[in-house]
Amino acid sequence: MNSPAIETAGLIKTFGDNRAVDGVDLTVPPGTVYGLLGPNGAGKTTVVRMLATLLRPDGGTARVFGHDVVREADAVRSRVSLTGQYASVDEDLTGSENLVLLARLLGYSKPQARERAAQLLAAFGLTDAADRQVKKYSGGMRRRIDIGASILNTPDLLFLDEPTTGLDPRSRNQVWDIVRIVVANGTTVLLTTQYLDEADQLAGRIAVIDHGRVIAEGTPGELKSSIGAGTVHVRLRDAAQRPEAERVLAAALRTTVQQGSDPVALTARAEAGGSERGAAELASRALAQLASAGIVVDDFSLGQPSLDEVFLALTDRPTQPAEEAVA
Amino acid sequence: MTTTTVTPEAVTAYAPSRETLSAVLTRGERPRRPSALSASTTFGWRAILKIKHVPEQLFDVTAFPIIMTLMFTYLFGGALAGSTREYLQFFLPGIMVTSVVMITMYTGVGLNTDIEKGVFDRFRTLPVWRPAALVGMIFGDVLRYILAATTIMIVGLILGFRPGGGFLGVVGGIALLVVFSFAFSWIWTMFGLFLRSEKSVMGVSMLVLFPLTFLSNVFVDPRTMPGWLQAFVEVNPISHLVTAIRSIMAGTPDMTEMMWTLIASALLILVFGTLTMRLYNRK
Repeated sequence: MNSPAIETAGLIKTFGDNRAVDGVDLTVPPGTVYGLLGPNGAGKTTVVRMLATLLRPDGGTARVFGHDVVREADAVRSRVSLTGQYASVDEDLTGSENLVLLARLLGYSKPQARERAAQLLAAFGLTDAADRQVKKYSGGMRRRIDIGASILNTPDLLFLDEPTTGLDPRSRNQVWDIVRIVVANGTTVLLTTQYLDEADQLAGRIAVIDHGRVIAEGTPGELKSSIGAGTVHVRLRDAAQRPEAERVLAAALRTTVQQGSDPVALTARAEAGGSERGAAELASRALAQLASAGIVVDDFSLGQPSLDEVFLALTDRPTQPAEEAVA
Repeated sequence: MTTTTVTPEAVTAYAPSRETLSAVLTRGERPRRPSALSASTTFGWRAILKIKHVPEQLFDVTAFPIIMTLMFTYLFGGALAGSTREYLQFFLPGIMVTSVVMITMYTGVGLNTDIEKGVFDRFRTLPVWRPAALVGMIFGDVLRYILAATTIMIVGLILGFRPGGGFLGVVGGIALLVVFSFAFSWIWTMFGLFLRSEKSVMGVSMLVLFPLTFLSNVFVDPRTMPGWLQAFVEVNPISHLVTAIRSIMAGTPDMTEMMWTLIASALLILVFGTLTMRLYNRK
């Protein structure tokens, strides 16, 4: 496979006056997980729908394994699978019926389809639920039957559109594990997500999307170092000590400190020179300095930057987003 | 469901296993792409499964036709033909056409609700013959048309309808009706894709169906109608269909009317099938 799994240039989609996708350039190498990170309405799903041949682009080009998504839609369809934001299975049908139906549509004979469905149900721990309607499944089970349906024919490229939105943490971890196994077997995954954490866990590279544009692109490490490795939250015992604590923290972390609305809370971004360990070291040093200054700390935490923080950091900069786009 | 029910997931937590998952992620030879007919019948099977899981939807194709038949037979029978029994000989094929043609609109309503769900996204990313999902859906609806027609025929026979063409005449008449209804359904698939909500599909359907079925020769002989209305009734394909079915059921098949009905069916599929597929591919 010489051609990239996905290659788009100047991809555009407008809905009325709204430019949902406004000139997106992406290159996704085969065999990797690529994350599209952005808030609701950023245009992630629209990009996926164009790549999956569900929507026609209004401008630019998109190729999947070298095949144009408009002119060679059937060639694209034979290599991709889509797991949509909402369960892409028939809720009225049972889990088993769904898989047999899709297997038949892929050309399996009736006995082969039944056998393949049984295999997949077993692999996804759904054998007991095989004869239950999908609408009676839990959120995690739905996701699994959905992914199972997507790998009836193991695709070369799998689109996962917000696969863990609305899932409890355990189901989310299950989905992550499944994605890792699927990728280890050679499938390329395009993942859209609202959670930096998820993109960080799974993706080799991430494109941050806002208002239909790529505003930053890189490995998770590169992205995080560009916005600071984390956020330090401190709660003091005594509100009167806050001004002094603020001064100590600002000096130790070499950054500005924000006072929370809570009179004992302080928040600061840890601008470490890249790696997360750097941020942790910097934060622990700050904690030690607070202690030696006689300031009593009730609670202390170092969090990963949230998507909000990524966004603030990326969109607050004076440079225009377009200039930051790296293809 | 009782409150003590525990989902299996809660009992045995699922843990994705690398071995079992890798085993199903095979990259062996893929089956060959199914034929257009095979893909369409698979989608038809889906429609039957939906009827199996949601049998309430059959209410439309049983209760509604029975009410239509009873209502109009007793409402008009005495006044128009002297007795309900007399009227039925004229009226039954017509009310059968009216009921079944009205039921075709559920194709559009059903498609409109179905396509909003994620499952259609998956269907549309499958490398199968493009119209298969819609053709299969209408195959399923054809079953409903047959059920509705049979229901009306049984009610008619009980009330005293006596077809001169016998069993074969009845089967032939229903067959022609099903062919026409299959073709007619493509109007609704177009609206189902084109309009935004289920309600607007219903609204447009009514607007089309009421004039088309009532301004025909279903209820009365058009000879008493004003000239301009007779002109409409004359070209209305429903009138041709009704005349053809009456003749088949009476045992004296009218080849010209049958031919017109088949031509109308072919045109409907050609025009609305094409428009539907254009919308389907673009959506």
